[in-house]
Amino acid sequence: MMLIPCPWCGPRNEIEFHYGGQADVHYPSDPRSTSDEDWAHFLFFRDNPKGVFTERWSHAAGCRRWFTVHRDTVTNEIHPDDSASAARTVTR
Amino acid sequence: MSNEFRLADRGRIDRDRPIRFRFDGGDYEGYQGDTLASALLANGIHQVATSIKHGRPRGIMAAGAEEPNALVQIERPFPEPMLTATTVELREGLQASGLPGRGQLSTGDDPARYDTMHAHCDVLVVGAGPAGLAAALSAARSGARVIVAEADTEFGGSLLGSGETLDRAPGTEWVRRATAELAACPEVRLLPRTTVFGHYDDNYLVALEHRGEQAHSRQRVWRMRAREVVLATGSHERPLVFAGNDRPGTMLAGSARTYLNRYAVRPGNRAVVFTTNDSAYAAAIDLADAGVEIAAIVDAREVVSTHWASLCIERGITIHADTAVVSTSGTDRVSSAHLCSLRSDGSRTPSVRQVVGCDLLLVSGGWNPAVHLHSQARGSLRFSEDIGAFVPEQDVRSVRSAGAAAGLFATSESLRSGAEAGRDAARAAGFDAEPGRLPRAEKAPVLASRSVWLLPSPADSDGSTRFVDLARDVTVADIRKATRAGMDSVEHVKRYTTLGTAHDQGKTSGTLSTGVIAEMLGRDVAELGTTTFRAPYTPVTFAALAGRDRGDLYDPVRVTAMHDWHVEHGAPFENVGQWKRPWYYPRPGEDMETAVLRECRAARESVGIQDVSTLGKIDVQGPDAAEFLDLVYTNMMSTLKVGRIRYGVMCTADGMVFDDGTVTRTDEQRYLISTTSGNAAGVLAHLEDWLQTEWPHLRVYLTSVTEQWATIALVGPDSRQVLSRVASGIEVGNDSFPFMSFRDGLVAGRRARVCRISFSGELAFEINVPWWYGREVWEALHEAGQPFGITPYGTETMHVLRAEKGFPIVGQDTDGTITPDDLGMSWAVSKKKTDFLGKRSFSRADTARTDRKQLVGLLPADENLVLPEGSQLVDTAELPEPPVPMLGHVTSSYRSAALDRGFALAVVKAGRDRIGETIYSPVGDRLAAVTITEPVFYDKEGARRDG
Amino acid sequence: MAPRTPGADLPEHPDWLWHSPDPKPSYDVVIVGGGGHGLATAYYLAVNHGITNVAVLERGWLAGGNMARNTTIIRSNYLWDESAGLYEHALKLWEGLEDELDYPLLFSQRGVLNLAHSLQEVRDGVRRVNANRLNGIDAEWLDPHQVAEICPILNTSPDLRYPVLGATWQPRAGIAKHDHVAWAFARALDRMGVDLIQGCEVTGFERVGDRVVGVNTSRGPIRAGKVALAAAGHTSVLADTLGLRLPIQSHPLQALVSELLEPVHPTVVMSNSVHVYVSQAHKGELVLGAGIDAHNSYSQRGAFHTIEREMTAAVELFPMFARAHVLRTWGGVVDVTPDASAIMGLTPFEGLYVNCGWGTGGFKSTPGVGWCYAHTIACDEPHPLNAPFSLERFTTGALVDEHGAAGVAH
Repeated sequence: MMLIPCPWCGPRNEIEFHYGGQADVHYPSDPRSTSDEDWAHFLFFRDNPKGVFTERWSHAAGCRRWFTVHRDTVTNEIHPDDSASAARTVTR
Repeated sequence: MSNEFRLADRGRIDRDRPIRFRFDGGDYEGYQGDTLASALLANGIHQVATSIKHGRPRGIMAAGAEEPNALVQIERPFPEPMLTATTVELREGLQASGLPGRGQLSTGDDPARYDTMHAHCDVLVVGAGPAGLAAALSAARSGARVIVAEADTEFGGSLLGSGETLDRAPGTEWVRRATAELAACPEVRLLPRTTVFGHYDDNYLVALEHRGEQAHSRQRVWRMRAREVVLATGSHERPLVFAGNDRPGTMLAGSARTYLNRYAVRPGNRAVVFTTNDSAYAAAIDLADAGVEIAAIVDAREVVSTHWASLCIERGITIHADTAVVSTSGTDRVSSAHLCSLRSDGSRTPSVRQVVGCDLLLVSGGWNPAVHLHSQARGSLRFSEDIGAFVPEQDVRSVRSAGAAAGLFATSESLRSGAEAGRDAARAAGFDAEPGRLPRAEKAPVLASRSVWLLPSPADSDGSTRFVDLARDVTVADIRKATRAGMDSVEHVKRYTTLGTAHDQGKTSGTLSTGVIAEMLGRDVAELGTTTFRAPYTPVTFAALAGRDRGDLYDPVRVTAMHDWHVEHGAPFENVGQWKRPWYYPRPGEDMETAVLRECRAARESVGIQDVSTLGKIDVQGPDAAEFLDLVYTNMMSTLKVGRIRYGVMCTADGMVFDDGTVTRTDEQRYLISTTSGNAAGVLAHLEDWLQTEWPHLRVYLTSVTEQWATIALVGPDSRQVLSRVASGIEVGNDSFPFMSFRDGLVAGRRARVCRISFSGELAFEINVPWWYGREVWEALHEAGQPFGITPYGTETMHVLRAEKGFPIVGQDTDGTITPDDLGMSWAVSKKKTDFLGKRSFSRADTARTDRKQLVGLLPADENLVLPEGSQLVDTAELPEPPVPMLGHVTSSYRSAALDRGFALAVVKAGRDRIGETIYSPVGDRLAAVTITEPVFYDKEGARRDG
Repeated sequence: MAPRTPGADLPEHPDWLWHSPDPKPSYDVVIVGGGGHGLATAYYLAVNHGITNVAVLERGWLAGGNMARNTTIIRSNYLWDESAGLYEHALKLWEGLEDELDYPLLFSQRGVLNLAHSLQEVRDGVRRVNANRLNGIDAEWLDPHQVAEICPILNTSPDLRYPVLGATWQPRAGIAKHDHVAWAFARALDRMGVDLIQGCEVTGFERVGDRVVGVNTSRGPIRAGKVALAAAGHTSVLADTLGLRLPIQSHPLQALVSELLEPVHPTVVMSNSVHVYVSQAHKGELVLGAGIDAHNSYSQRGAFHTIEREMTAAVELFPMFARAHVLRTWGGVVDVTPDASAIMGLTPFEGLYVNCGWGTGGFKSTPGVGWCYAHTIACDEPHPLNAPFSLERFTTGALVDEHGAAGVAH
């Protein structure tokens, strides 16, 4: 049960959150001119690092806001800066 | 004779409260404060069980959770399998029996209650022995919020059994004062009978509290979040490996001391003590002083402690240095120990030099710190040559080990390290803490122990009676077989032999087996390491972990405002997500099919009424609401006029249908969208995700209003007349209130929003009123409809009616692999919009195929046949050998009142090109011929929607 | 006191299993990952294709990853033809494996029930049974009464929060003992001269242009004619060193066992919506699997609330289990693809082959994967059974989507 720092509500139990996988996966600016292969990468291919992962969580049972954290996928440690307002900037 | 081995003068039992109990059919008496094990020993019972593989008699080895042998089945008062006699509190009427390593589940339901508590603290202290209490005092005195969890029934840990003094008074006196001081602190919570069994991320620890059969809850799971943790979990004494080391009467030396001092039990009359370290001497002295004859102390070390030697001399106890017990005699109880010198004498095979008669054989191979929680907290271990055991290599962030758990066994060291750990923990949590004064402990010089793994064994050359893991009957021979088979890691040897996998998870055998393996392989114990320590530290009942979330509380039940009316009118319910939806309303004597046919006829011929409140409803507001909806629906929503309604399809980015529903534009910047009942939360999350993370510049606000509106569908040619009887301020005629529009007004005197939507093809109205008035308005409509024979109907009739019209249900006629085009819904996919979720995916090679599975209708040649939903479809009238190529499957299938026959919807490969063709469906043992049709079976022209 | 009947025990392992050689400088084929898939692949490379100059590299101890951590369920009743083909091929191999490898695998065809708790799960179950039968897979649809006959301890009362409305039944499904399976392959490989190299972590690849010609390991470089990945949850880590992106995510998947109990549970029961899957192993312990934790992780441990949720489901469906004890919990790292089906085939690099994304299906597919992957490696083209499981399907959209329709994730 991780303690996840919601930048709006503070640290809360993992069960209050919904996981969103890798952060910063940008929707192609012009899908029509995106190749099938690039489109497949947008849809299905995500980083899967062993170590620090930049990922999205949504405080589903709280403020329902999405935010970004940097978590080590081996130790589950979340970077302390992620409780700060910087984490509020979130992109897919 | 009862309690023959009970001493008169000591212990923590309450002699005024005798307790009768039954074990293996015999009736005995013990006292309040006894465990089942201490009470059995007091009655002279050593053998409690038989071993798992060889059926050998086994006795009580330990005095706590590390017990490898004494497994019992509790029969009364509360049946429970596989408990250790050493942890079962004695209580009146207890009935138990010994187990051969395998228990029996009671067939009766478990009537007890189990619950869960959440707790937060600055410092969690695990274990209330000298280290834990010192830590708790340091932390508590600083004002920190402290929780002390102790598995035992009372605090004190080793001090309860050792009889040591602190400040020249009994150690238990200090325990009493310390406990009282802690209890008086308002920020301290003391949890006896509570085993912390798991450490999880960010200092989330879980514990099990045994509250007793009389308590409101029998067991309670504590979910604790601690800023800082002090692990004062003590240590487990290690047995020694020699032939016949499993005979009842063989006992860990420290445990014997505990039975003596804590439970006033004399565990035997004549003892041999076999040790590799000083700690067993204390047990020997205590036992000798209590009248047990110590026949010999056998010390594996070449040199023994002068301190202890002089105490032994005073008592006339013989010490055999550089000597080992190498085998025993006895049948179901040890009767003698066989001694052999360890002195190297060249190539000669060691032989037994002396046989010493005894009925008690105490062993001590050293002590293993209980590093389980440290290890679970990802703490690393190192092998300490000094104590011959694995100890925490260094503390993990916010988790400190103290006392014996850190390899500091002397009470003075435990107190000091505990106090420091408590202080440091409180400071780390932001409190100004000092260790405070500590009581003075007895001090004895400690002579280094000797790590002994494999002993010479003149009596057991193959090692088949030298037990390394008593609980699994794993012997030296078994381990040798494993290493000779090529196994060279502890994990492999564990799996080859099943070492360490029993109820005790190797608490006494873990390090010992590593030592034995290391010696066989000629490698370092340190290098081989341990197997992984996993939660739970001690076994936890399933029921305790399930807690209150059982039966009705397994998952929340969601019901609508009209639910009680449905119950009163005899509807069975269908689970739709967490919702309870009326399935159909049988009249007396009706089966489901008859009821549904009647309900269908009413909706098509007069008027029906359905509770559709469970449909998800999301309020979408903001200047950019229209733009947003254009992005998430396949069709165009920005062009929808205020006051109008449009059906919409949502896809995920991969182009597959995700949900559908209606979109109602209530204002220039405001929409109300509906979702399927089971997917409302999923749709809201999907919309929020895209809005917040991909299009944060859009000014749009999403609010779930599912439970704000109760919604009633009034369906059928007479619905307009029924509505007109109770509506005011709403012109219900076709021209003034056209299809796919809404009107606000009063229905049955309540503010209502009425939508002209139809999921049946009939003239229909959806009446939305505030949830609170749902039943009132429902009843008013039902009353108003009486002259027309208004008929309530449920989900089944709704499904039939919509299927007759070819309207798919997302999740039933789709399965996450179906595009809008597959559903024949290209009309709902905008060609004008440059982009929307899913659009790009439609042009991928596989998605653009024209022979994909497409939604079609099916009419069985046998008009009476209702194809089972889920039936597969094939091309041939006879089945070839498998694998048989499949064309698709039946997604929905019903008997139609309107068509007076069975019909179905299906997805079929290139189905739209095959309309009119006959294909086949295996139904039971036959192949049913079916004709592919358009998916619309009824009122293809759509003439009925306007009444 | 008379000795009672000792608890059931497992058959003994043989006197010899495998050597632990040092790596040679080069091999025809290097398989990265000494789990069930790696071992089975090496086995069929040798037996079906005569390729024995092979090394199986394992960074830890042999078969110590998911092979040692799964709940040992074997079944082939998958919905889609592609999956059914591969898993049924595996099941047929399972049925002969004990004899072929001359090792007691404790393969017990006690059947598996997949429960349905909603009308939609009933439709999905019937659909799957019908598809299975046409694919030649034994499958039946059972009503709650028939379910209770097969598994009397299951709570089939209509009063359940989510009552059992029926179940699919595959009689040939069952369980096997995972260690025995891995060791049986390992012993056979050892006999055939294949090198099983433990404590050998692959850190990168040797390349000549777009051709992979060897691996760098913690025990030095090893040249290889062909390199086959069989590293489950760690495949991404390896592929990353080549800049090869794969559509897999690694998640924790937990399981647990009870203490040893007298036999009460005659079959395997799986439920998706009341989420638990459970069997009783040969020694008598209940073996239960939990749900996958949502977040990515390589920690081989999951969250405790996942275990608690599993226990509520277990006690809900099996009231008798209330008094059983959780003895040990553990976690594995499962690699999951977007469509919950595996990836097996060629890669953009010549001489490099990939097999990953088995999610929760890894153990049951073991011999089938070995068979097909060995073919793919030996022939440089996919076996017909694994052709649909190519990487290209994510581009074309021809997914084999086993989570939506099948409703059975494990």
